[in-house]
Amino acid sequence: MAHGPATLADGWLKYISRWVFTTNHKDIGTLYLWFSFAMFIMGGAFAMVIRAELFQPGMQLIKPEFFNQMTTMHGLVMVFGAIMPAFVGLANWMIPMMIGAPDMALPRMNNLSFWILPFAFAILTSTLFMEGGGPNFGWTFYAPLSTTYAPDTVNYFIFGVHIMGASSIMGSINIIATVMNMRAPGMTYMKMPMFVWTWVITAFLLVAVMPVLAGAVTMMLMDINFGTSFFDAAGGGDPVLFQHIFWFFGHPEVYIIILPAFGVVSQIIPTFSRKPLFGYSSMVYATAAIAFLSFVVWAHHMFTVGMPIAGELYFMYATMLIAVPTGVKVFNWITTMYRGSLTFETPMLFSIAFVILFTFGGFTGMMLSIAAADMQYHDTYFVVAHFHYVMVAGAVFSGTAAVYYWLPKWCGKMYDETMGKLQFWIAFIGFNITFMPQHFLGLAGMPRRYADYGLQFADWNMVSSIGAFMYGGAQILFLYNVIRTIGWGKPTNDPQVWEGAEGLEWTLPTPAPYHTFATPPKLK
Amino acid sequence: MSAHPSNRSLLVKLTALAAAMFMFAIFVLPPLYDLFCEITGIGGKTEGAYTAVAVEVDTSRNIEVQFVATNNATMPWDFYPIEERVIVHPGESREVAFYAHNRTGQDMLGQAIPNVLPNNAADYFHKTECFCFNNQPLAAGETAELALVFIIDPDLPASVNTVTLSYTMFDITDRTNVQVSQVQ
Repeated sequence: MAHGPATLADGWLKYISRWVFTTNHKDIGTLYLWFSFAMFIMGGAFAMVIRAELFQPGMQLIKPEFFNQMTTMHGLVMVFGAIMPAFVGLANWMIPMMIGAPDMALPRMNNLSFWILPFAFAILTSTLFMEGGGPNFGWTFYAPLSTTYAPDTVNYFIFGVHIMGASSIMGSINIIATVMNMRAPGMTYMKMPMFVWTWVITAFLLVAVMPVLAGAVTMMLMDINFGTSFFDAAGGGDPVLFQHIFWFFGHPEVYIIILPAFGVVSQIIPTFSRKPLFGYSSMVYATAAIAFLSFVVWAHHMFTVGMPIAGELYFMYATMLIAVPTGVKVFNWITTMYRGSLTFETPMLFSIAFVILFTFGGFTGMMLSIAAADMQYHDTYFVVAHFHYVMVAGAVFSGTAAVYYWLPKWCGKMYDETMGKLQFWIAFIGFNITFMPQHFLGLAGMPRRYADYGLQFADWNMVSSIGAFMYGGAQILFLYNVIRTIGWGKPTNDPQVWEGAEGLEWTLPTPAPYHTFATPPKLK
Repeated sequence: MSAHPSNRSLLVKLTALAAAMFMFAIFVLPPLYDLFCEITGIGGKTEGAYTAVAVEVDTSRNIEVQFVATNNATMPWDFYPIEERVIVHPGESREVAFYAHNRTGQDMLGQAIPNVLPNNAADYFHKTECFCFNNQPLAAGETAELALVFIIDPDLPASVNTVTLSYTMFDITDRTNVQVSQVQ
């Protein structure tokens, strides 16, 4: 057995250098998870500011300029700082343990890909304290808002996006290399756990589209500072080109966020149904099909931009086609539960809520995909409600489920089940109170991204804000529960932890040792 | 934990893929977009200077050509078409003019960007002479008549009876390095 990790008992300096110089996949996974939780709290705080201002019509707390910075930063921090690093953290922790590898394939690059991330967000967040304020052009940073009319700090934003893109690309290359080269003998591709499969496909999406995002911000940088006219009509460019390039990245991006969440849920539901996952191979093919389709539907985000009717029809039908493989997945999750001996521990509750609420979000997505109807829904709160149903109830719920599911394996201690369930119900109810009314607001015509609204929208906005505070409170409870578990949780040594859990990670001792699978496991 | 021999080659390949996608975004997508717009006429962009060829004037058709002039954002010029609409026959060469007046106290540089509606008419609207081919310098208080000579192609789709040509005047005084050849 190799040396163990430095602890606080070895002195501060050694302890800090352990984390800074670590190449251990578990350490890096932990760093990613804590970082993403910190970003989640920060992005959540921005959301609280937004909802507090929207609690009543009129301007009460902040200036409209600052409101715009809050909506922008909330989106950027949640997408790039909270959700994506959370799943990279889970991948770092779980993929080597699931495929019987001793570590990630490229451990030093793994260290680098994590440690540049805090700098990216420090740069991005620091703009809030600068003259002119932070980015205020929406997380989609459409030109010319983000070029001609942007605050001077936009260059910090561009640099931050470059760094986080580099981090994602390196993380993805690492995951692909690990899965392709480091599987234990006998672990064929079609024996890999679903979480590993979804992550490989996600990693390929990331390698393909993060450079496109980097290209988009690079063109912005050149338009702003070097006199090019990619997106400037005065110089022969076209602002609509920006939207095409952004969404060519942006649509695969939403699947980058949701596919690992699918993977997590595909691990948890079989465990608590005590049945193998129904239709494993169809799950793999459905995931691949979704990933492929994500590249050819981007313009459904821009139906109102003035496309020819043939384009509208093509993007409409192609978008609707994605419902087929997604439907296969939902069917398989439900069929896995069908006639299983179900128990409802916290991870299972979050997973079931995921299936229900994600399907809701999928249905509103179908409504939005209808080009003719989208003329009405475009840029209203209906869109906000839709993507929070798939991002929050999708990605965040499944991330929470994953933490509860694997936390005992990570630290050898059980979380408080009562508190977990309490958190689930507060989060579930709070979430629906927040975002269900936003459907109504959107259908009634309330536009998104405004600091104020007409009086007719007052009631549902107040309800939505109350739900948001409730949902925010549930996250504090989550943080408390996790800290309490790590510090004072009931110790457990059961390798399997959960009665129905299957897979290589559950054959390892609990808590998982610092180095695992130094010799590859034998597969049955 | 010695590195797997093929890790390095995979690293190189995937990094190359990422680099290729970056190049694709910057060097392929924008020209591809322009090409797509040119083929479909979506952007309403008109082509560059046209060399007139001898065609028969189709006196059986009357096409109404409307002119719209708009100032972009904070552009302070007076800018409008002298004739708001003219009736032409396809194949006939016609000269019209736009009035531009710089009412500020400083020398300015403007750039007009054309757009044609309906989209399927963009390819059939030929400009043999246009102020939009170059940028327009106007000294403080100066007035100019900006000339445009155009020909409607006789192949204009039969469904089109009215063509709208719109110019948006951009203030490019502070811009350096404007490539007018891109504009047209």
